[in-house]
Amino acid sequence: MNIVVCVKQTPDTAATLTVENGKASWGEAPLVLNPWDEYAVEQALVTQEAEGGQVTAICLGPETAEDALKQALAMGCDEAILIHDALFDSADSLVASRVLAAGIQKLELVDLVFFGKSAVDTDTGIMGSQVARRLGWPSLNLVAAISEMDPSAKTMTVERLLEEGRQVVSGPLPAVVSVVKEINEPRYPSFMGIRKASKAEIPRWSASEIGLEGEVGSALTWPAIQVPAKGTTECEIIEGSDAAEIAGKLVDRLFEEKVI
Amino acid sequence: MDLSLTAEHEMAQKMVRDYAQKEVAPTIREWDQKQEMSPDVLPRMAELGILGICLPVRYGGQGMDFVALGLACEELEAVDSTLRVIMSVHVGLSALTLLQWGTDAQKEQFLTPLAKGEKIGCGAFTEPGMGSDVANIQTTAKKDGTDFVLNGEKMWISLASKADYALLTARTDFEPERPSDALSSFIIDLKSKGVTTGDIKGKLGVRAGSTGWISLQDVRVPAESLVGEEGEGFKITMSGFDSGRYTVGAGATGLIRACLEASVMYANERKAFGRSIAGHQLVQAKIAQMAQDYEIARLLYLKAGWQKNEGERNTFVTSMAKQFATNASFNAASEAIAVHGGYGYSDEYPVERYLRNSRGAMIYEGTNEIHSLIQAGYALGTRKDRPLRKEMPGFDADFWQSE
Repeated sequence: MNIVVCVKQTPDTAATLTVENGKASWGEAPLVLNPWDEYAVEQALVTQEAEGGQVTAICLGPETAEDALKQALAMGCDEAILIHDALFDSADSLVASRVLAAGIQKLELVDLVFFGKSAVDTDTGIMGSQVARRLGWPSLNLVAAISEMDPSAKTMTVERLLEEGRQVVSGPLPAVVSVVKEINEPRYPSFMGIRKASKAEIPRWSASEIGLEGEVGSALTWPAIQVPAKGTTECEIIEGSDAAEIAGKLVDRLFEEKVI
Repeated sequence: MDLSLTAEHEMAQKMVRDYAQKEVAPTIREWDQKQEMSPDVLPRMAELGILGICLPVRYGGQGMDFVALGLACEELEAVDSTLRVIMSVHVGLSALTLLQWGTDAQKEQFLTPLAKGEKIGCGAFTEPGMGSDVANIQTTAKKDGTDFVLNGEKMWISLASKADYALLTARTDFEPERPSDALSSFIIDLKSKGVTTGDIKGKLGVRAGSTGWISLQDVRVPAESLVGEEGEGFKITMSGFDSGRYTVGAGATGLIRACLEASVMYANERKAFGRSIAGHQLVQAKIAQMAQDYEIARLLYLKAGWQKNEGERNTFVTSMAKQFATNASFNAASEAIAVHGGYGYSDEYPVERYLRNSRGAMIYEGTNEIHSLIQAGYALGTRKDRPLRKEMPGFDADFWQSE
């Protein structure tokens, strides 16, 4: 199978978002492979191990995003491609999905595309579905298990994790699948993979190389960014001789504060 | 001298950190309390290739360099010293000694399964009656035909009850011209007839690890078990310490970092006199000292690692790296307890474990007093590195990484 996994470089999950000079900033936070994408990479590799074929990791991002791709290579992906162009610097999800879909089309004969459920920085959670729509392929999102895979019949069956429970869905290949963390346990990069990844020359595709020219304008703009006012928290210990007295005082206080 | 880390180093360090933080840190307190080693640790470190990190691919290793070994040790000991102890004895004392001194046949038979993590190795030098006084080893290896017959007792041996092989030093010459000529080195299968092993309980620290004894009673081993030549045991043991001490120094650096990180987190949370204690200058002084010691310890082990990569003898710098980092980690752990106040005295926080774990490394792999003598010898010019019949090869990526 020809498998693509789309990954993103994001700040570490310990990072905090601040506003500096009217712009959102993650400060000096270390940049990592989006943690949700580790599950996507793992599932791509597991599928390759079962069905054979090749796994290519694609990332839209700045030059530093090569490090996220190297992490994917070190985990075991065969190839990695960075899509980088100044035209995409402030891409929203509409632009990003168009770019990624164009990259996938350039690869040709792709059977399956994996995404993590969302990126920890922008957290839209819709990229997989947007790319599927642009490719005209089925979108299977929030997938917690792949229960059947039949490359010869070009079909697959997955279990989607919904609030109401698990939904079993079958669909034709090629398809775009976004995965949740319940699907697997991502492997650590192997030392051999690390050695390979550190030496890898990652190809870069520009806008023109994926057939996108001219204005790709984002629909989304950020006219102003403000830090929400911090709430203040006060702690009040309610005392009493027994539980009934304390409960009574508590109810009175809650009425006073118009909480109940 | 280039102490910058490559992308390869950084990725390897992160991988080892992720393993230790995700898989060991959550349960280490319980294993420490039980005074047992988690049964998952050795198989998992083997599976991930950590046990063969810096050994050549042709011998089943992962083909990384000596700096990567140091970085791995730093990350492992930042979680618990017992993880780094595994690297010290398995990689440092046994596998790297075989890489330096072993014959091709010994590398195939012993080094390859060690590098793959299929077998576990330890170093057996210390005895009930001697530690630093290596030339006074009492375990004997007497020739009987072409075989050797070993008798004696080894004590304070990390992984004694877990290891498959021991790199062991014994007395083979009973009327030597010089005391150091009396010793020879052997690689012993600990399943051999006459070998018994056990663990020591009641240790101050490294309680989630295995420290034990090895008893040898008429243990017959073939001549092929001799590592190096007869009478080379002292030199082989000392060169093995250059590897082992490097891992101890790098690991203790990780312990200083753990103390620093725990102290910074607690100092920012805990309030006293109306503000977080991080705002108090005497707390800041402790944290500043930890930060400074971490940098010094790290630079020292990276220099030793760089020397190893270059194939330079590094006994002097490795000794300084080991002594400085272990002393500093003990001080850092003690000061981390001070920062934590009463909570630091309880196992609710990890810093009391850091203190207990730090003390052992000031004793093993050469007491820190012995290290002062080693360094004074170099500084005074009374100690010089003499050429060895077999030097530790420097890191050569082509040799290390080809099949």
